[in-house]
Amino acid sequence: MMKQLFRPLASSLYSALLIAPLLLSCSLTNAQVAIKAKTIYTMTTPGQAPLLDGVIIITDGKIAAIGPAASTPVPQGYKLITGAVATPGLIDARGTVGVSGILNQRQDQDQLERSAPVQPELRAIDAYNPNDPLVAWVRSLGVTTIHTGHAPGELISGQTCIVKTAPGTIDQNVLVETATVAATLGPWGQRAGNAAPGTRAKMVAMLREELTAAREYDKKGGQVPLPGSPESEQKTPPARNLRTETLVRVLKKQVPLMVTANNAQDIASALRLAKEFEFDLILDSASESYLMIPELKAAGTPVIIHPTMFRMFGEMQNMSLETCGKLINAGINVSMQSGFEVYVPKTRVVLFEAAIAAANGCTFEQALATITTQPAKLFKIDDRVGSLRIGLDGDVAVFDGDPFEYTTHCTATIINGQIYPGR
Amino acid sequence: MLNKTDLIAHPPSTFKRPWLGVLLLTLGGGLAIGQVTAPQAPPASIPAAPSPVIAVEQPLNLAAPLPQTTAFINARIIPVVGDEIENGTLIIRDGKITAVGPADSTPIPDLAVKVDAAGKILMPGLVDTHSHVGGVNGADGSAPIQPSIRVYDAINPFDAGFRRAVSGGLTTLNIMPGSGHLMSGQTVYVKLRLIVDSPAGPVRNSSIDRLFITDDQGNPMGGMKMANGTNSQGPAPFPGTRAKSAALVREQFIRAIEYKAKLTAAKDAPDKAPPRDLALEAMVEVLDHKRVVHHHTHRADDIMTVLRLQKEFGFRVVLHHVSEAWKVAPEIAAAKIPCSVIVIDSPGGKLEAAELQWETGATLEKAGVAVAFHTDDWITDSRLFLRSAALAVRAGMTRAGALRALTIEGAKILDLEPRVGSLEVGKDADFIVLSGDPLSVYTKVEQTWVDGTKVFDRSIKEDYLYAVGGYGAGNPLKPYMCCEEQATSGLGYLRSNN
Repeated sequence: MMKQLFRPLASSLYSALLIAPLLLSCSLTNAQVAIKAKTIYTMTTPGQAPLLDGVIIITDGKIAAIGPAASTPVPQGYKLITGAVATPGLIDARGTVGVSGILNQRQDQDQLERSAPVQPELRAIDAYNPNDPLVAWVRSLGVTTIHTGHAPGELISGQTCIVKTAPGTIDQNVLVETATVAATLGPWGQRAGNAAPGTRAKMVAMLREELTAAREYDKKGGQVPLPGSPESEQKTPPARNLRTETLVRVLKKQVPLMVTANNAQDIASALRLAKEFEFDLILDSASESYLMIPELKAAGTPVIIHPTMFRMFGEMQNMSLETCGKLINAGINVSMQSGFEVYVPKTRVVLFEAAIAAANGCTFEQALATITTQPAKLFKIDDRVGSLRIGLDGDVAVFDGDPFEYTTHCTATIINGQIYPGR
Repeated sequence: MLNKTDLIAHPPSTFKRPWLGVLLLTLGGGLAIGQVTAPQAPPASIPAAPSPVIAVEQPLNLAAPLPQTTAFINARIIPVVGDEIENGTLIIRDGKITAVGPADSTPIPDLAVKVDAAGKILMPGLVDTHSHVGGVNGADGSAPIQPSIRVYDAINPFDAGFRRAVSGGLTTLNIMPGSGHLMSGQTVYVKLRLIVDSPAGPVRNSSIDRLFITDDQGNPMGGMKMANGTNSQGPAPFPGTRAKSAALVREQFIRAIEYKAKLTAAKDAPDKAPPRDLALEAMVEVLDHKRVVHHHTHRADDIMTVLRLQKEFGFRVVLHHVSEAWKVAPEIAAAKIPCSVIVIDSPGGKLEAAELQWETGATLEKAGVAVAFHTDDWITDSRLFLRSAALAVRAGMTRAGALRALTIEGAKILDLEPRVGSLEVGKDADFIVLSGDPLSVYTKVEQTWVDGTKVFDRSIKEDYLYAVGGYGAGNPLKPYMCCEEQATSGLGYLRSNN
């Protein structure tokens, strides 16, 4: 038990140490911000009416107060931003921004390592570039937090992380170092020629073998204590194996397995695997999930739905603009993603993907929840981001109209109280 | 709701019993007759179970619309040419617009079928100056310049992309081969007459030939696709640099000029004419301004190269995509060259598009350049073509300019302005019925009409499937994508089994 707790604790301490100087520097600049808006979608309680003529006070990077402008004074010296609409800073529940760069050239594409089909040890934090122009691009459209990292395309392509979209270093911006381990079922993850995996059944067999091996490894001594810890003196575990260690974390439900699966049979395989190995499953893309609603409900599986405007071909040929709304109305937890693009556009923008969902079967609030509260809850970061409540990070998107309308502008994006230009 | 029952009522019912349309109007839209009368079999099933009139040998003039006058009343009308009309009337007959104007000054003929379009917006069908629907592929990998290629020899009319295009309000397309060549072949201008009326009822077209727009001689109209920059570079025999690309193109034009001179010299002595050369014949059409060059080009210096070659050889050209046109807008304006702009959700994805801006439409508009938009379908989705204009407005383009760029400016680029692109008397009855403002995300294309025939109706189940997607809405055709092998990133889904 100690052993399991030790490493997450150590890593969060480590993160805290690295983040501390950033917070300090924020508080020295313009981290004291007040945002006044005609309509504020706080997203604190489902079904709650928006706050009208409200104000959000951000002090030292955190939300210090929120309420009607008439009764919530703006302290002296605060930078005042006004807008028509304010929402929580938007969360992209699954993308590759910062890992798959704008140029699409060899030197800026780190979302897929092709040397082997199973490489869970690949960490997204070792590849994320906070200064890629596409990070600034999505930030200018209200996105303050992204779940990014390894793309679909290999059976287990690697890890994902959760970061704020501020410039700087990954260490300043990271919220969760290992958010998921990313796996792919179906043709996207199959390899060419005679290389494995080449079929659906082979993909599942290989995953079962990997997870079984991890289980055996764990039985023999499990996850290795950090060198120098008291436990490392007492045990002689097997030689460390980063790949298997990562899968042990999946088996111990410390990290979810995010499975990209589109066709109904691939979704069924993902559910079958999760039942057998009892890991936390997040279903990704899921273009035919509307065929599997009872199964997904029974399993309680959350879905990060494909970008609404994804292209209809290959295993996406049966996708629908209405899937997001259908799943939500069936009671499934749905988050929206920008996804992964190999060409043009190099990234999609969750604001626009949610907008198309809002126009095709979701209510406004349901669509907004897919890019705020739902991904925050999914990744257990709702104590930091995803809604506008006292004590949460000062992350706000400000608009001059309905955020989903094409002709509305994001007029400012605020991260930890820092103001960035909108578009 | 618009009375869909009446809108579909061309087929035999109204043809033989003109009173029925009036009756249905009185009854309102509750009846599902439209779904019974329109043949809504999926395209794939047509060869197996055709209605008697679908036979391939049907003459092309089958498309002649029925002699019925229909008046759409109480609509807000955006004619594009002329001011928006708050309470307007649009009257069509024989596939043409016979009247359009304010309700109080537009009399309705006695026998006209009236369609109440209160709460709806009518605007011209959208013109897409650059599309790849139909699973097209043009030139192959054997040479970088292949002007004899005709894209219409490679279009699959059953491609679901056509159904999606009409669901997005598109009525006229320039279908092009790809940008992987300096010259990848002849493009074709089509109207999406996916359904045509006949005395026996509406039928679904099964041949691309029936979609052609023909010139005075009856030949299918189209342009010539060219490209520069990185897409058209590659291993030999393709050029490896920009300068080599331009040199190869110049040599080709010089050969065409020489060929044309021989043809001219032999005008009165046919026996002295050079042997027919299909490639050079197509090039002579370019030199004679019968065929407009549609030129893929992104980077500012590549745009300038096109302008330089245009000046040298005098061909008519439209600049397509133009990611960096914002850098050279005054030069484009001075050359009086129109631009067909693509609007993408984010810059990048290829080096040449890294500085793409949403402001390009506005910048060109301010500089006085004629601007149209295009989908480049499948790069952007035909179903969301209106969105391109709306995002350009977000980035500073005027509303009027953006709506023109979806319609009349595209028509001008394709030499089709006399026929399409605006709601004006005498033009083709190509229009769309919208549920709201064309620039709103919440607006739906409810109906699309081509030549006075309704080719899309969102209230019909099968059409709805193509509009929103769902099981069976796609097809297994791999869409055109230039240069996918050049994309260095993961190609997992590109190398998949389709």
